[in-house]
Amino acid sequence: MAKRTIIPFGPQHPVLPEPIQLRLVLEDERVVEATPAIGYVHRGLEKLVEQKDFQQSAFVAERICGICSFMHSVGYCQGIETIMNLTVPPRAKYLRVVWSELHRIHSHLLWLGLLADSFGFENVFMGAWRSREKVLDIMEATAGARIMLGTCCVGGVRRDLSEAQVADVLRVCDELQKDFDELIPAVLGDYSVKQRLVGVGKLTQEQAHDLGAVGPVARASGLARDFRETGYAAYGELGVRAVMEVAGDCYARTQVRCEELYQSLELVRGAARGLPAGDIAVTVKGQPDGETVSRVEQPRGEVIYYLRGNGTKNLQRMRVRTPTFANLAPLLAMLPGCQLADVPVITLSIDPCISCTER
Amino acid sequence: MASMLKSIFRNLFRKPATRLYPAERREPIPGTRGKLNIDISKCIFCGLCARRCPVNALAVTKKPSPSWTVDPYRCILCGYCLEACPKDCLSMGPYDAAG
Repeated sequence: MAKRTIIPFGPQHPVLPEPIQLRLVLEDERVVEATPAIGYVHRGLEKLVEQKDFQQSAFVAERICGICSFMHSVGYCQGIETIMNLTVPPRAKYLRVVWSELHRIHSHLLWLGLLADSFGFENVFMGAWRSREKVLDIMEATAGARIMLGTCCVGGVRRDLSEAQVADVLRVCDELQKDFDELIPAVLGDYSVKQRLVGVGKLTQEQAHDLGAVGPVARASGLARDFRETGYAAYGELGVRAVMEVAGDCYARTQVRCEELYQSLELVRGAARGLPAGDIAVTVKGQPDGETVSRVEQPRGEVIYYLRGNGTKNLQRMRVRTPTFANLAPLLAMLPGCQLADVPVITLSIDPCISCTER
Repeated sequence: MASMLKSIFRNLFRKPATRLYPAERREPIPGTRGKLNIDISKCIFCGLCARRCPVNALAVTKKPSPSWTVDPYRCILCGYCLEACPKDCLSMGPYDAAG
């Protein structure tokens, strides 16, 4: 047996922007075991919610994640709306889809850039982030901020889109479509990219199921699970089918996310074109009393919110299970057997968001 | 490789995607929430905005002398206070980091 070495990977690492440490047990260059250590960015947001009133807490929920922030507030608000039996106006539901899918596009583009950066493909990194800037600009034009939109509130949304803004969104979708047509075939068809991704970090369908993988990680291993298919917000009317691949390696996860970029474009277009007329929010009266579980599909997978109110303005408990937490166990199953040089690529292929995980 | 040729040529001949900030500036996007402004002449110092603020960034006093202050390092620019203001004296506008 070769001599074993333990290498700490992270929490500060050039290719990994997230503060997670993986203690890698190596035999020569081969990883035989990985142990994760988290706890570097815990902010106590779940506790903070108990001190804010339930409407202010939508902003706290939004700040759980810096990438998929809007979906967090959607998850939170949908939960409170269920407890309080509020019916959200259809226009608000469509607007939630528009912003959610814009968030998914910018999150996947950010991820694509980081993945390319992890194996040294700087051109794709810059190309993806250049396209992402268009998404951020349109979010600023429609919601007033680039990432922390702050537009989702209990009972609906806080901003409406004018005709001109809808036209702007559709124009940006067309521009992005052109960008993707140029960028994505160049990434997926490239010889060197395939060398780095195909067959690396394999996760079988059984493993994905048993370890509870969610989002693109599960979908790339042949589990067609997409919570949007259940039709929350306006997804039911717009129609979503889970994008699926079966190979379960890093390349399949890249394929799934690239395909989801196109899918999200279609959803933004569908929601923007089919925006129903009417109010964007209902008046909220009373306090939440009761408990519920609310689930939303984020770029990284399914987020679960548990909310319990006791008839006062503060919630008694909020518990969040974020997608990266669910995907950490599958990550540990992918790593053994790989080369040390592939660890950054495999880690990034689950699109880790540790700030989410620790809340 | 062939699929990349188009972008390679285009990148050779086009301007950089970035701007030479602060020499070259972008028009501020209308409706952006960059900075919280107040029209103090309209303010009645009721303090509703301060009570609404999720991060306690606002401090409003009526007596002895009326004052309204915002801590810019606490403010999360959510715009929630705007909805509480009965006099519509709060507004949000663009913020230029280079001043």
